[in-house]
Amino acid sequence: MPEKLQKVIDMFQMFDPADRTDMLLSYADQFQDVPPEIARRPFPKSHQVPQCESDAYVWAQKQADGTMTFYFAVENPSGISAKALATILDKTLSGLPASEIATVNCDIVEQIFRQNISMGKGMGLMAMVNAVQALARAAASNP
Amino acid sequence: MATPIEERGYAHPDVLVSTDWVEQHLKDPNVRVIESNEDTLLYASGHVPGAVHVDWTTDLNDQIRRDYITREGFEALMSKIGATNDTTVVFYGDKNNWWACYAFWVFQLFGHTKAKVMDGGRLKWEKEKRAMSRDIPTYAKTKYSAKDRLDAPHRAYRDDVQAHLRTQGQLVDVRSPEEYAGTRMHMPDYPNEGALRGGHIPGAKSVPWAKAINPDEGTFKPAADLKKLYLEDNQLSPDKATIAYCRIGERSSHTWFALKYLLGFSNIRNYDGSWTEWGNMVGVPIEK
Repeated sequence: MPEKLQKVIDMFQMFDPADRTDMLLSYADQFQDVPPEIARRPFPKSHQVPQCESDAYVWAQKQADGTMTFYFAVENPSGISAKALATILDKTLSGLPASEIATVNCDIVEQIFRQNISMGKGMGLMAMVNAVQALARAAASNP
Repeated sequence: MATPIEERGYAHPDVLVSTDWVEQHLKDPNVRVIESNEDTLLYASGHVPGAVHVDWTTDLNDQIRRDYITREGFEALMSKIGATNDTTVVFYGDKNNWWACYAFWVFQLFGHTKAKVMDGGRLKWEKEKRAMSRDIPTYAKTKYSAKDRLDAPHRAYRDDVQAHLRTQGQLVDVRSPEEYAGTRMHMPDYPNEGALRGGHIPGAKSVPWAKAINPDEGTFKPAADLKKLYLEDNQLSPDKATIAYCRIGERSSHTWFALKYLLGFSNIRNYDGSWTEWGNMVGVPIEK
């Protein structure tokens, strides 16, 4: 597990439900939409996260040094959880080598969201993590 | 002069209020606006100013048994949200008011009939860029006197459904066509919640709940469209006993609301055991 992401998960583990909710909202508030130099609307379906009711999209760029940068869009205005997760993934994984990011798995969704994971969105959030992992694996296998 | 909602021709248009109406009653002490969502983060991220949060899992359901809260629990809930027996409660929420209708339905088990649903729910309010607040309102606790929960008029248990089958009563399966056909064991994009068998209750008509709404703004379709959908296309009669079901009774509470209040079905109940109960029971009939 990448160190920065593990620290965030450890922080969420310490929180009571109210603090966890506040922290998730804080991350959602920091969400930054994909910049226009990376993608413009309408976004191609090939970047859409499957099963995500928040209409999330993800892009990745591999830098010359082998590290990756992730960008996200969340088209559903109620996609607060997707925005929070996108921000966490960007802040903890962007700048790391693809091979390290590829080790992340979707168990982190339950560890971060706990009681804030509802029936419908759990699958979508896990699909976001899987999409990031897939992009990292693809980049790692194409040096 | 008729309001736009009244012009839609519903049997009981008074149970549905517009976003305009809610905005005009935000400071009405006789009105309590209640947000009920599937997504537990949404209320905290911003809500109709002054609205309280009622969570379907923690506030409406018994925390041990699969059942709803007791009379005492309902009294405590109403006291907590500052509602009296005379308060008009107005529900709204995400998912085109799924959970708002579910909460509305649970409130009817306790006979709180001063209840309405905000047409379009959270989606319409947000799309209209109306005020949202993160402030959690506090209201003075009230003394609420509830009746004992009376399930029979609104809620069907499995034995009721089996008796209903024997009398060839009307059944409406509001799940997706794939769940109805038994080719899918869960809602699209949702986890399997453990039904061992797929299919539907014999004789049930398949009318997915979302056909009753305008997807762009989450509002209910006008009565003429609903009549075509339920009465003409699916040959349901408002005068016959009807039971709606889905997976756990949340989507079917939306259809229960539409059939009871918008089309005036005189005997409509929600089977909240739904497919998670029926699809696991030994020996009950199933059609595919």
